[in-house]
Amino acid sequence: MIMNDFWTEGDPIVDKAAPDGPVETRWERRKFSAKLVNPANRRKLTVIIVGTGLAGGSAAATLAEAGYHVKSYCYQDSPRRAHSIAAQGGINAAKNYRNDGDSVHRLFYDTVKGGDFRARESNVYRLAQVSVNIIDQCVAQGVPFAREYGGLLDNRSFGGTQVSRTFYARGQTGQQLLLGAYQAMERQIGLGNIEMNARHEMLELIIVDGKARGIVVRDMVTGEISTEFADAVVLASGGYGNVFFLSTNAKGCNVTASWRAHRKGALFANPCYTQIHPTCIPESGSHQSKLTLMSESLRNDGRVWVPKAQKDTRKAADIPEDERDYYLERIYPSFGNLVPRDIASRAAKNVCDEGRGVGPGGLGVYLDFADAISRLGRKAVEAKYGNLFEMYERITGEDPYETPMRIYPAVHYTMGGLWVDYDLQSTIPGLFVVGEANFSDHGANRLGASALMQGLADGYFVLPNTISNYLASGPFPKIDESREEVVEARTQVEDRIAKLLSIDGDRTVDSFHRELGHIMWEYCGMERTEEGLTKAVGLIRALKEEFWTRVKVPGKGEELNQNLEKAGRVADFIELGELMCIDALHRRESCGGHFRAESQSPDGEAQRNDDEFSYAAAWEYFAADGKPTLHKEELTFEYVHPSTRSYK
Amino acid sequence: MAASGIVLVGFLYAHAAGNLKIFLGNEDFDHYAHWLRTIGTPLLPDVWFLWIMRVGLLVAIVAHIWSATVLTVRAKRARPVKYAHRPKVQGSYAARTMRWGGVIVLLFIIYHLLDLTTGHLNPVGDSTRPHANVIADFAADRWYVTLFYTVSILAVGFHLRHGIFSAARTLGQQTDRGEKRAKVIALVMAVVLVAMYLSVPFAVTTGLVK
Amino acid sequence: MDIQVRVWRQSGPTDKGRMVAYDVKDISPDASFLEMIDVLNEKLILDGDDPIAFDHDCREGICGACSMVINGVAHGPEKATTTCQLHMRKFKDGDVIDVEPWRAAAFPVIKDLIVDRSAFDEIIQAGGYITAPTGTAPEAHAAPVPKKDADAAFEAATCIGCGACVAACPNGSSMLFTAAKITHLGLMPQGQPERESRVLDMLQAQDDAGFGGCTNMGECAQVCPKGIPLSLIGRLNSDYRKALSKR
Repeated sequence: MIMNDFWTEGDPIVDKAAPDGPVETRWERRKFSAKLVNPANRRKLTVIIVGTGLAGGSAAATLAEAGYHVKSYCYQDSPRRAHSIAAQGGINAAKNYRNDGDSVHRLFYDTVKGGDFRARESNVYRLAQVSVNIIDQCVAQGVPFAREYGGLLDNRSFGGTQVSRTFYARGQTGQQLLLGAYQAMERQIGLGNIEMNARHEMLELIIVDGKARGIVVRDMVTGEISTEFADAVVLASGGYGNVFFLSTNAKGCNVTASWRAHRKGALFANPCYTQIHPTCIPESGSHQSKLTLMSESLRNDGRVWVPKAQKDTRKAADIPEDERDYYLERIYPSFGNLVPRDIASRAAKNVCDEGRGVGPGGLGVYLDFADAISRLGRKAVEAKYGNLFEMYERITGEDPYETPMRIYPAVHYTMGGLWVDYDLQSTIPGLFVVGEANFSDHGANRLGASALMQGLADGYFVLPNTISNYLASGPFPKIDESREEVVEARTQVEDRIAKLLSIDGDRTVDSFHRELGHIMWEYCGMERTEEGLTKAVGLIRALKEEFWTRVKVPGKGEELNQNLEKAGRVADFIELGELMCIDALHRRESCGGHFRAESQSPDGEAQRNDDEFSYAAAWEYFAADGKPTLHKEELTFEYVHPSTRSYK
Repeated sequence: MAASGIVLVGFLYAHAAGNLKIFLGNEDFDHYAHWLRTIGTPLLPDVWFLWIMRVGLLVAIVAHIWSATVLTVRAKRARPVKYAHRPKVQGSYAARTMRWGGVIVLLFIIYHLLDLTTGHLNPVGDSTRPHANVIADFAADRWYVTLFYTVSILAVGFHLRHGIFSAARTLGQQTDRGEKRAKVIALVMAVVLVAMYLSVPFAVTTGLVK
Repeated sequence: MDIQVRVWRQSGPTDKGRMVAYDVKDISPDASFLEMIDVLNEKLILDGDDPIAFDHDCREGICGACSMVINGVAHGPEKATTTCQLHMRKFKDGDVIDVEPWRAAAFPVIKDLIVDRSAFDEIIQAGGYITAPTGTAPEAHAAPVPKKDADAAFEAATCIGCGACVAACPNGSSMLFTAAKITHLGLMPQGQPERESRVLDMLQAQDDAGFGGCTNMGECAQVCPKGIPLSLIGRLNSDYRKALSKR
């Protein structure tokens, strides 16, 4: 038992829902062993789903089709606006339409390896299996995937894989998939099977008799606080990348739903695993409110380079070929510009740290299409990337057909999240977590085009099959508003809002968020050190103190109050930030999206430490002494044997 | 709007073609005007066909105005609070003047009927001598009548330019090529019609037709 | 650069609302329009004023949340661009910029620049989907779709549901929004069985929600941030006519 200033180590945790035996049949066997709910009884069972992205939207539609009564919540004004909509690149599926050697097993293998051996084999295998059903489902809904002249679906190869298994719809795959789920959902809303509550934010979880039985929500238009009950609660509330303030997430993305559940006892796993996406548009100034991703598909034809010389201020066009360093092609000859995201990101950081970065502040590298344009012609490049080029020009005012794009890494996705078992159930019975909000399938690093796959796998195919096992023992007794646990949850919400409004300090919510983001990016970003993380924990604790004494939240609680919404979210981000740093501090190895400077090979490559850290770190919130408790879930690899990732 | 509009456009063209008879001379024109009253005879009594036509036109006009009114009322209801800053509409001039243009055209039709059908506002006003009526109407010293006709016919032209395109769209025109074609056809039809109509008053005013 | 914005302030649905002028000093031309409002709001908060409420989320032009009528034009002066992707470099130092919410009876103002667009969800509920319950799908390659149709369907499906078409339409009509969905689903073989009921039901929902009628003015397509063309309305009309004739 390790005792220190930052955390306490508790008992190990085991995924009891996971079947053993041959990995190929685990999901079949789990589905068969799960209890079923008689169709006539489903009407009597209510499920709350928080979030309407790919996971939440598809789960809501599917559960409602199955006959359950669904209550959906989202903070946006319409379920169609969930941030899944912004995913550009594509969705993986082991269809092997290209006859290029792909298979369920290969997708499984690539995902486990891509996750740097920090994901569960059972979950990943299931993900690869249902990936093929997702494509069928989406096509049936009318999702307009890109097609070839013969009318069949087109595929492309996507960051870090050597087969073409990515299905896409121009650079707007997430939008098209989400609209498919949204439309299925709206159909169920029209039929009265889903009760949709847009502009509602979950602010607390209600646990009664040890089971998740409801949530406390705030109507963001009127400010009214209400308690909502159900037989099970599903969180599909997305990732927490906005802890960095600047990220590719939507401005409203937040960790509050997950964090409230965590505070009520749900374990939070691997919070330090964040994915930094290599191809984002660099920051342009202090007004910057978010970062914009340029699809990774750009790396298929664009070449990444920086000047060989430091502080080279010449224009890109004036730098001759032999004074350019195509560093990805140089360091990783076999994968070149297509190395996985974490590697591409860190390589960009390294060349910028060497003083060879380009653009304002030297925080950028070139992504050059000159070769592609001369090889394929401008027309072909335009057809493939036209909309991305336009987007780049709108934001930067520069024409990427003429001058190379400038890109820099930015926080994009968070692999960590609430701990769930094979059934996607958290450590609180009746609380299920799907999509980016859970931690389960990507390990320490997510492959490109796998987020959409996981969200839809969870929502369409996994959760609807596993939640029935839990619901079969329902309906649970009706809950009275006056029950102690309910009143307590409601009071917690009301008190917190009252507190935030009463401080009336001299700093805005955004100024705290920005400061937290700086701390996180500096010390818990692409490269982490023991010293930096220790410092960050101290800074965050001080920031938290300052927040609760100096924040200024204008307006009232009983009205539309965007700053009040933000204040609650930032307060939770601050607590999460501390846990992320502690998790990063405790994991004295480099793996996937987590790079510890102390753990690298002589030539600067990440060094995993399987002997000590081959586990998922599930953290328990512990308010009493402020120190979270670590529960380790041992990871075993029977099918894909841990090896050092090498993309050279 | 589209269906009634098509009936009205058909009438406008037939009417314009008849007008051009004036260039063939006094007798030809009066003969044509007289023939209009006898179409359908001997199957139908005199003037019956003309009245059937008139009723048909009236129905089309009422339907057209009714639809326009419904659309206008709905539009007003759909935007109860106006924009504080409203630059001119970005679409074509023709499109944004449909409603007031339509009102001008209606007022013109009423005047036109009182002038050359019933003869109340015509200096000659003899229904048996339509040629004389026209010549008197657009006499050079009555330039303001010619001017009023010109403005009104131009309004009809603009109304048609958007109206014909819009009717095609309402009836399901949907390709990009078709859209370009519909716009060209609408423009040509509008210009040709305006030219046909304006040729008569101008010819009279300038003394080309006596 | 220094500018002045005149912003519609309305404290709630029942407030009458008015335009209020604010000076914004020293804003970077590289800032987006929303970042300019962010900067202004930070100042308003510290001055003890009520910050301007506005809808926004992804800030990369795809979620469809942002919705400002800038100098009378939905989403502002740059073509095919959402408000969040509009940058201050499109304005000049010293400009006075008017900012208003979408104005339509079907989109009532909630606060300041925020409107309620749930009427769009109701139109989709009425028929903007293909009925395909999870698990019932045949193999994806069972029904090939000509590339031409798939591409055209995609173009129509890029609609982000922002409502600029309604905001710009002199009739307050949502026809372009509805037509985009009718076109997307109507071009796919999977969308054929419900094609007739879809157009009838969606148009009914659109009328019920209080949108105006379409007179093919074309203002909608002028401001559409995704460049959805006006011709799709012709397709909707054609489907509507066929559906009516079969009813």
